Amino acid sequence: MAETFDRPEIRTPENLVYSKTNVLTDNIMHYCPGCGHGTTHRLLAEVIEEMGIQSETIGIAPVGCSVLAYNYFDVDMQEAAHGRAPAVATAVKRLFPNKFVFTYQGDGDLAAIGTAETIHACNRGENMTIIFVNNGIYGMTGGQMAPTTLPGMPTSTSPYGREVATMGNPLKITELIAQLPGTYYVTRQSVHTPANVRKAKKAIRQAMENQKLNRGLSFVEVVSNCNSGWKLSPVKANKWMEDNMFPFYPLGDIKVNGELVK
Amino acid sequence: MAKVVGDIVIDIERCKGCEVCTTACPQDVIAMASEVNGKGYHYAMKVNGNCIGCSNCAVVCPDAVITVYRAKI
Repeated sequence: MAETFDRPEIRTPENLVYSKTNVLTDNIMHYCPGCGHGTTHRLLAEVIEEMGIQSETIGIAPVGCSVLAYNYFDVDMQEAAHGRAPAVATAVKRLFPNKFVFTYQGDGDLAAIGTAETIHACNRGENMTIIFVNNGIYGMTGGQMAPTTLPGMPTSTSPYGREVATMGNPLKITELIAQLPGTYYVTRQSVHTPANVRKAKKAIRQAMENQKLNRGLSFVEVVSNCNSGWKLSPVKANKWMEDNMFPFYPLGDIKVNGELVK
Repeated sequence: MAKVVGDIVIDIERCKGCEVCTTACPQDVIAMASEVNGKGYHYAMKVNGNCIGCSNCAVVCPDAVITVYRAKI
């Protein structure tokens, strides 16, 4: 039998440094291998566990790849019509002002069909958290061009690359909503390396903590890969994201404590 | 000086073989198995005993399949 390199003697509860959080259910996620959705789900669940607010949290699931998010979070969840998660979250938060309310949306949901709901919820300054996963493509429906698709990026509906002259410019919705007075915290993170994951977790924690302050909306964009839509392996997709997505969607805080950074 | 040793437990049936953990590991402990799990994915496995319990692999794993232990001996 092959050597296993196991050290059963140190597998004790006091030596445990990392295990799956109980806020995630035991269902196996339907996401493609290496998808950033899984990591983002896990970070949000870990934040909910660390804050001890599992019974106080209400999540709104979107339409898109993460449409089944309610199967994976062990918190109260509500499915919304395509793009309407911020509107549903507004109602939930106004009815239950002491609960922690988040929406979890992709770029097709938040930046395309739901642009109106997103911008108006941000402008009204609803006291909730929006997690926005941006992979520059419609993942669930087969890799079509999204508003966030980069110039020149090939997709199934722009096979020769997005041509700005006829297809328009990509939408930087995070910068857009940072200009609105209703947002309190706006940041852009990624989850492709351990360091970035840890930073993203801090940002999500901050965004959830801000709901206690009642000062406005907290918005966390997570730039993610879509290795199926981009037709790359997960590791190559992460590299492609570093080389192409980050120059256009630079990581970092855009608005902190209601003040634009820089 | 106390030596830090670590150990990881990989839930191979949940692993989807994305290989993100193999690039995150500073000690090159993880590689993909030549066998496949029940879903047909080449799952992640330990290939040496150099784990330091840094939990980088578990932190980047999209499917939360890795449990990490760390001890000083």
